[in-house]
Amino acid sequence: MNNFSYQRPDSIQDAVTATKPKTSKIIAGGTNLVDLMKYRVENPDEVIDITHLALDTIDTSSSEGLRLGALVTNADTAYHTEVKQNYPLLSEAILAGASTQLRNKATDGGNLMQRTRCYYFYDTATPCNKREPGSGCSALKGFNRIHAILGESEHCIATHPSDMCVALAALDATVNVTGVDGERKIPILDFHRLPGDEPEKDNNLKPGDVITSIDLPKKGFSENSAYLKVRDRESYAFALVSVAAALELDGNIIKDIRVALGGVAHKPWRKPEAEKKLIGKPATEESFKLLAEELLKGAKGYGDNDFKITLAPRAIVRALMNAKDKTKSND
Amino acid sequence: MKPTNQETKLASPSPPNSHEIILNVNGKKHNLNIAPWTTLLDALRHELKLTGTKKGCDHGQCGACTVLVDGKNVNSCLCLAVMHEDVEITTVEGLATEKGLHPVQEAFVKHDAYQCGYCTPGQICSTVGLLNMDKGDTPDEIRDLMSGNLCRCGAYNNIYAAVTEVKEQYSKSQKQQAK
Repeated sequence: MNNFSYQRPDSIQDAVTATKPKTSKIIAGGTNLVDLMKYRVENPDEVIDITHLALDTIDTSSSEGLRLGALVTNADTAYHTEVKQNYPLLSEAILAGASTQLRNKATDGGNLMQRTRCYYFYDTATPCNKREPGSGCSALKGFNRIHAILGESEHCIATHPSDMCVALAALDATVNVTGVDGERKIPILDFHRLPGDEPEKDNNLKPGDVITSIDLPKKGFSENSAYLKVRDRESYAFALVSVAAALELDGNIIKDIRVALGGVAHKPWRKPEAEKKLIGKPATEESFKLLAEELLKGAKGYGDNDFKITLAPRAIVRALMNAKDKTKSND
Repeated sequence: MKPTNQETKLASPSPPNSHEIILNVNGKKHNLNIAPWTTLLDALRHELKLTGTKKGCDHGQCGACTVLVDGKNVNSCLCLAVMHEDVEITTVEGLATEKGLHPVQEAFVKHDAYQCGYCTPGQICSTVGLLNMDKGDTPDEIRDLMSGNLCRCGAYNNIYAAVTEVKEQYSKSQKQQAK
């Protein structure tokens, strides 16, 4: 690890002020940042510890939904009674990720800020546009089994590694942020970004921004939702493809449908306009296949990840069938 | 320079940019003067000489460094020591009491739940964490919740047997207490 100075601000405002663009990193759980500092991928001059800010509770008092404090751990979120009852999709997604130790430490705000697990991003001996803009992308012609098939650019084919964020995308969560210009709300689908020609930017936060909480809307699809994660081993592995599927049904007719994909793009992949086309249609495999096709439109493989183009639509249909028949969700 | 027989003790200078902190480990308070980039794992092993906690991958992948922070199992290799002042840290050294081994340790001995023993302190701390969280009600859940602790010798079946037995004992005693 490089040498850095350490500060522990007492207020959100102090944290915002203490954060210098480019040289500062905010630390909470630290499970990803400390690891990246050990690999010398992240080399901050100042580390700002926000764990003493009062952002560590889940607020259930609002009738509009649930507010997850940025510092609530992933484990406390997944096991929270109200999250399990009303947002089982989120609980399932969190528990599908990482290990017990990591979930006990990692925070909800930090989960949003996770960086890619692209091997070349971690390997400082190889070019990587995300780590070192302009140096090139080693994954394009390298080993790219875990890489993106959607929304990628010639500069970067990395994927976002989170499970939690895929569920948040399906649930239409909102990220609350305090920055130099005060507070603002970022819809989850606008939080992360596609790589384009600035792959070094994972998200649309501005320098000095501190994530304070995540709002879940009232509608949690608690009756018909499922998280399906396909990976190389059954536990403690990142997704090759993951699907957060949610349905609102009237008999067998689709009233509302949400599908977000993980492991296929630089951000959780969702197409609300394609979902709308299914409203009023029967909840059948045929309907789900149509949505899967729309979601995968334009998918491109890079060799080792070609299989995802076949795997993803199948996973989407299966996740939706699991959501429809909730009892099968653990198959 | 030739080595001499005379023991010389060098005064260790304070690291640059160091912080004075108090770590509460196994019920004892320790004053430390450490650099902010010192991990909790390194502070435990190098500063406090609590070498029961092991360094395996040093990247949060193997679980050898697992300790309990306020009763919850975490990877100490991914924790900065300077961030852990106001919490209770328990390492494998803090589990046994004057009365004897911790029930989890006893179960590991009984089931021969190790071979080389390097992963064992982490496995034991994760098992205690599992009991503290009151999780692990099904075989699948136990295996999943223990997946953050790798055993290079492959003693998984015996580890699983130890965890299962101690979980059953724990559940029984919980029920009795409830009565």
